[in-house]
Amino acid sequence: MKETVLEVKDLVTTFKSADGPLPAVRGASFSVKKGETLCIVGESGCGKSITALSIMGLLPSNGMIADGSIYFNQRNLAEMSPKQMQKVRGNDVSMIFQEPMTALNPVFTIGFQIREPLMIHLKLSKKQAHMRGIELLRMVGIPSPVERMNQFPHELSGGMRQRVMIAIALSCNPSLLIADEPTTALDVTIQAQIIDLLNDLKEQLDMSMIMITHDMGVVAEIADRVIVMYAGEIIEEGRVEEIFENPQHPYTKGLLASVPNVDDPEFDLKPIAGSMPMLNEQISGCRFHPRCPYAFDKCMEKSPKTFHVTDKQSVRCWLQEEGVEQNGGRRASSL
Amino acid sequence: MVVDEQVLYSVKNVKKHFPVRGGLLQRVKNHVKAVDGITLDIYKGETLGVVGESGCGKSTLGRTILGLESLTEGELVFNGNNISNYSSRQLKPYKKEMQMIFQDPYASLNPKQRIGDALEEALIIHTNLTSLERRERVLQLLNEVGLKEEHYERYPHEFSGGQRQRIGIARAISINPSFIVCDEPVSALDVSVQAQVIKLLRDLQEKHGLTYLFVSHDLGVVRHLCNRVLVMYLGQMVELAPVHKLYENPTHPYTEALLSAIPRPTVGRKRERIRLRGDLPSPSNPPTGCPFHTRCPIAKEHCSTEKPAWREIDEGHFIACHER
Repeated sequence: MKETVLEVKDLVTTFKSADGPLPAVRGASFSVKKGETLCIVGESGCGKSITALSIMGLLPSNGMIADGSIYFNQRNLAEMSPKQMQKVRGNDVSMIFQEPMTALNPVFTIGFQIREPLMIHLKLSKKQAHMRGIELLRMVGIPSPVERMNQFPHELSGGMRQRVMIAIALSCNPSLLIADEPTTALDVTIQAQIIDLLNDLKEQLDMSMIMITHDMGVVAEIADRVIVMYAGEIIEEGRVEEIFENPQHPYTKGLLASVPNVDDPEFDLKPIAGSMPMLNEQISGCRFHPRCPYAFDKCMEKSPKTFHVTDKQSVRCWLQEEGVEQNGGRRASSL
Repeated sequence: MVVDEQVLYSVKNVKKHFPVRGGLLQRVKNHVKAVDGITLDIYKGETLGVVGESGCGKSTLGRTILGLESLTEGELVFNGNNISNYSSRQLKPYKKEMQMIFQDPYASLNPKQRIGDALEEALIIHTNLTSLERRERVLQLLNEVGLKEEHYERYPHEFSGGQRQRIGIARAISINPSFIVCDEPVSALDVSVQAQVIKLLRDLQEKHGLTYLFVSHDLGVVRHLCNRVLVMYLGQMVELAPVHKLYENPTHPYTEALLSAIPRPTVGRKRERIRLRGDLPSPSNPPTGCPFHTRCPIAKEHCSTEKPAWREIDEGHFIACHER
C-alpha cells in the first residue's frame, strides 16, 4: 500500500451571496496516493474546479472553506495562512490551468516566468535557474529551448504554451500536480501529445496527479481512480475500470451514454433529461432525483448514504439499498 | 435521414482570402488563405460534416457558403441558380432558404430583447404574417424545440446554455429554410445537454427534410449525425467520404492521425496512436506542395513540391494524397 499524499475530509466550500452562503462543494471526501492519478469528472457547475482551488488556497475572495480539512503530508492546508500557503504552492502542490494564454503573463518572457519559481522556492541564482529552465523546457518536449527562453507567450502556439505551463508547474518537483482541464482548449492531435506527455512525466517523476475534466475519453486514457461529482457532491468513486465497465450511479451511466462513440456507428445516444441545478436551488433528498429516470419516493425525501460496491468502488444512491427494483424505472428517460 | 441524389447546393472552387495589413500605410502585406479551393456538392436532405483542427477554415467555409463573407474566388450555385455575384437585394429570397446556428448562442442573442421578439424578427423580414399570426408561430416554434410558452416573455440571461441553443435553433428554423449551417452547435455545451441538442437537430431534420452543413471538431458527434464528412486542413480539402467509409477506412494520413488522436471512453484497450509532429502551420504562409507534408509521417520528397490531385479512390470516397 502506497502512502497517502492528500486526504480531503468533508470539504465544504461556500460563496458569499446576497441570500447568504451558497455551497459549491457539499462535503467532499477523497484521498490521493503517491504516484496515483485521480480524475474528477463532472459537468460545469458541479464543483470540480472549486474543489481544486480549495486545495490550492486559490479561491476567489467571495469564496471560503466553511468546513472540513485538507491534509497534505500531515499538514492541514485548510487552516494555513495565505503566507504559509505560498510556500506550499509551487513547491509541494502546483496547478495547470485550462487556458494557458491567460495563465502566462504576456509581458514577460518565457524565461523570466520559468526562472521565477526556481529563484523563489529553490533559491537558485539567476544563472542556475536559467540552465534549469532550459532543462525543463527540453523535458516537456519543446524544440530549441534555448531560443524559447527569450520569446514571449504570444509567439508560441496553444500546445507549446501548455507545455510551458507544465514545465513551470513541475519546476520545483511538486509531489502533487493538479491539472484543471489542461487539454480542453486544444485540438485533438495536440491534446493527444499533452496527455502522452503528462503520462510520461508522472511516471518519470513519480508524482501524484489530480486531473479535472469533463471528457470521459481523457479519463479513460489517464486515470487510475475516478470521482464523479454532481451538484457539489461526490456521487460515485472507483477504479477507472469499475467506473467504465460497471457504473452504478444513474448519473455516471447517463454521462457515459451521452458521449457519442467514435468507433461504434450504431451507438445509441441517450441524453440525460434536464440540466444541472443552480447553486441556490433547494433540492430535497438526492440532488440528482429531478433528472433521474429511476427516482422513487425515498430519493425525494432523504439524501442517499454511501454504499460500497467493492472495496474501492462506492456510490451514493438509494438504488443500492437491498430490495429496490433496479430495472425499469418509473419514468422513461426522454428528451 | 433520406438522402436523394439531388444537388441542393454546389460549391465550386471557392476561395476566401483575408488580407493582412501592416506598416505605416496599412498596405496589404499578405493574405490569410482561410478557404483555398473547395469544390463540393451538398445533396438534399443530407448532413455533411466538415471537420478539422482550429484554423483549418471550416467555419469560414460555412460563413462563405451562406454569403456572410464575400467570395474571393469561385462559384456558389444554390438550387441551380448561380448566386455568387448577386446583390443583397437579389439574395434576399435565397437567404430565407439558408440559415445558421452558431456556437455560442448567448453571443448571438440580444440581451435586451425578449426571446419572443428575437424569434419574430426573421418573420417580420421574410413573411407577411400579422403580429398575431407571428406570435402564434413563435409559440409553436418554442414548443417544437422543447421550450415552454411562458419563455416568450423572458430574456436571454434567464436561460441555461442548452436552452439558449434551443432558441438559436428555433430562430434558424422559424422561416422554414431548406439548408442550415450548424457551426459547432454543441461544442459549448455540457455532455448531457449536448446529447439532447443532437437529438433535437436530428428530429427536426427528419420532420422538415432539412439539409445540414455540420461544422465541428468533435469526430464522435460527426460520426453520429452526418452522412458524409469532409476533412479540411489549412483551407484545403484532404478527404471526403461517406461517414462509414471515413471512419472504418480513413485513407489520408491526416484523417488517420486525427481519428487515432481521439481519447476513447473505454479502458484496457490501449491502441497505438499516430503521433503528429509539431503544430498546424500558419495559414498565411502555407507549406508548398501538399499542405500536410510538414507533419506527415509518410511524406516523400515530391510531397513538398507537387500539389496532390483530388481523386476518387472508391465510390464517393475522395482524397488528396500522393502516397495513398
